[in-house]
Amino acid sequence: MTTTTPSATTTVFAGVGRRLGTGAPVYVLLAVLLAALAITDPGFYEPDSFLAFIKRAAPLVILAAGQYMVIVSGGFDLSVGAVVTAGVVAGAEFYGSYPDAPWLLVTAGLLLAGAIVGLVNGLISTVLLVPSFITTLGMMLILEGAVFYWTGGSPQGVLPESFRSFGRGEAGGWLPWAVLACLAVGAIAVWLMRSDFGRTLLATGDNERAAALAGVRVPRVRTLAFVLSGTAAALAAVLVAGFSGVSAQAGRGLEFEAITAVVLGGVILGGGRGSVVAAMAGAFSLQALFTLLNLQGVSGALESTVQGFIVIAAVGLGAADFSRLRRRRSQPSEGKSSS
Amino acid sequence: MTAVRTEAPVSAAPRRLPGAGRLKVTDPVVGVWLAAAAVTLIGWIVVTIDGGQFMTQSNFTGILQNSVALGLVAVGQSAVILTGSLDLSVAYLISLGTLVAAETMEGGSVVTAVLAVLALSAAVGLANGLIVTGLKVNAFIATLGMAFILRGYIEDNYTGPAGDVPASFQRLGYDRIGFIPISVFLLIAVAAVLWLITKRTRLGHHMYATGGDEHAARLSGVRTRRTVIYAHVLCALCVGAAALFLASRLGAGAPWAGTEARYDLDSIAAVVLGGTALAGGRGGVAGTLGGVLLLSVLDSIFNQLSVDPFFKNVVRGVVIIAAVALYARPFRRRAKARDEARAKEKGALA
Repeated sequence: MTTTTPSATTTVFAGVGRRLGTGAPVYVLLAVLLAALAITDPGFYEPDSFLAFIKRAAPLVILAAGQYMVIVSGGFDLSVGAVVTAGVVAGAEFYGSYPDAPWLLVTAGLLLAGAIVGLVNGLISTVLLVPSFITTLGMMLILEGAVFYWTGGSPQGVLPESFRSFGRGEAGGWLPWAVLACLAVGAIAVWLMRSDFGRTLLATGDNERAAALAGVRVPRVRTLAFVLSGTAAALAAVLVAGFSGVSAQAGRGLEFEAITAVVLGGVILGGGRGSVVAAMAGAFSLQALFTLLNLQGVSGALESTVQGFIVIAAVGLGAADFSRLRRRRSQPSEGKSSS
Repeated sequence: MTAVRTEAPVSAAPRRLPGAGRLKVTDPVVGVWLAAAAVTLIGWIVVTIDGGQFMTQSNFTGILQNSVALGLVAVGQSAVILTGSLDLSVAYLISLGTLVAAETMEGGSVVTAVLAVLALSAAVGLANGLIVTGLKVNAFIATLGMAFILRGYIEDNYTGPAGDVPASFQRLGYDRIGFIPISVFLLIAVAAVLWLITKRTRLGHHMYATGGDEHAARLSGVRTRRTVIYAHVLCALCVGAAALFLASRLGAGAPWAGTEARYDLDSIAAVVLGGTALAGGRGGVAGTLGGVLLLSVLDSIFNQLSVDPFFKNVVRGVVIIAAVALYARPFRRRAKARDEARAKEKGALA
């Protein structure tokens, strides 16, 4: 794991096997939740309602993909919720001044702004050596404060239909744009994690010093992870804005949900382990859990209690399963790899 | 290994003597108190230019009063963070604590209420510790999950303020000796106990050792699990004290008592401002108090200048990042130099 051979590939190959091991429980969890949903609501797998479910899950899935990049490199991004809020409010304010702005331009502008926020987060964490927990906590305070200060507490402005259609409309009449965005982000994330960048990112999170000695430009890689997370958060903001409109509460708590999703996916906080697909599956599981609780008629207030129990239990079970599997595997002979 | 880490803050002092003037400032504990003093000075000047009066007795009382609740939580939080853990459930525990306190006081005696709140806190802390050590759930997720559990319970059972705190107990929140609120003595007492535990007892040394390197600590015979559990219980008890103080201040229990002021993230910010490493093993209670003071002096200055409350958050964020950046630099550089020296040693041996 901490070999000093100049190539980072050894680390990554070892990581591939481990990734399946830590990621496995989340697929079981997701399958169980989806089965429970099917039993509770027989109509759930009608194409329309299933696509609607994915559409609702899309912002969280995209946030989880971005958050994964940061967590796997050994950091935290607590600012994503604030980025979503700021994105939604900034979009509305912008349209307030320029009602005729083309939606593509505004979306691109928001993505760029998200990337810049991520860049600032990354530079502060890597150049000024502030722990990313604190950097992004500060960024969250700054963004939230700025949004409220700017709008006086109640954001105004109406988002035009063209801008909102990305979050709530359908391409070709049946496939929601949000689902497409979700798939695109997933594809990009998988591609990124298989590229040199992804390998160095994992290596950095696993052992920063070893990675640096192996020739990884650690600050650059970690900063890029923050930029990706910021951009993903801005994309989520566009979806949220389209889906649920302008609100100063748009992104509240999303940072914790995203981190929970990533951890549900078996990604180790502290970095170096876990797959991005499992992280996104974690986000789907979380959304499925919310939906299931809604359908089961658990009262809105108790919902968070159930959520708390299940998150702790799922992560605890994941940790327990993993260690038991490993012990069983290592004691007799080298068994087959787990699913 | 663990011994070295544990003794470091103590034994490092004499070694620093030659360059004391320079090195002292880079010591985060000294740094944060100096920063608090500097902020006070700047605030004094700015407020005076603005036409207000900063160095007044009532203002000092206010600053101290505002430090108590955050101080109690942050002191507890530093015990957990020192041990390499984290507690995100403190905000909801405070809310629940105020509700339990006020409701018990309404029907029973103050003593029962205090005991009930402390028992509740200890139970939550114990649960946190057991989840972190027994189920091996990462502390971030474990305590976040606990926060969700408490939040659901609170929202399901309470819609607004509940209970009633008798006037005799409200004296904790409002009485003062001279210009010092008596609640400050509560904070000082709790902080002193925590300081003694962390710096002078075996448990404290084990906490530093566990936070510094859990594996090494366990190999050296420290019962790391038990240590983490104790730290969580200690933290929760401090949070219980904060809940009692807030209940006496509010005169009732409030479901938003802990969450509105964001005690979870603010306490972590104060701990880190005070120079405690988030990864654990370094820092202490003294720095945390400095961090708390810094935050509440800032708050007081903003109030005096009647700055927009939302803008306050912006400045707060900048200050937190800037302060940590300031002393992260020399500290890390020294650590890096030490690492490099160590690596060289290893190279020479090989």
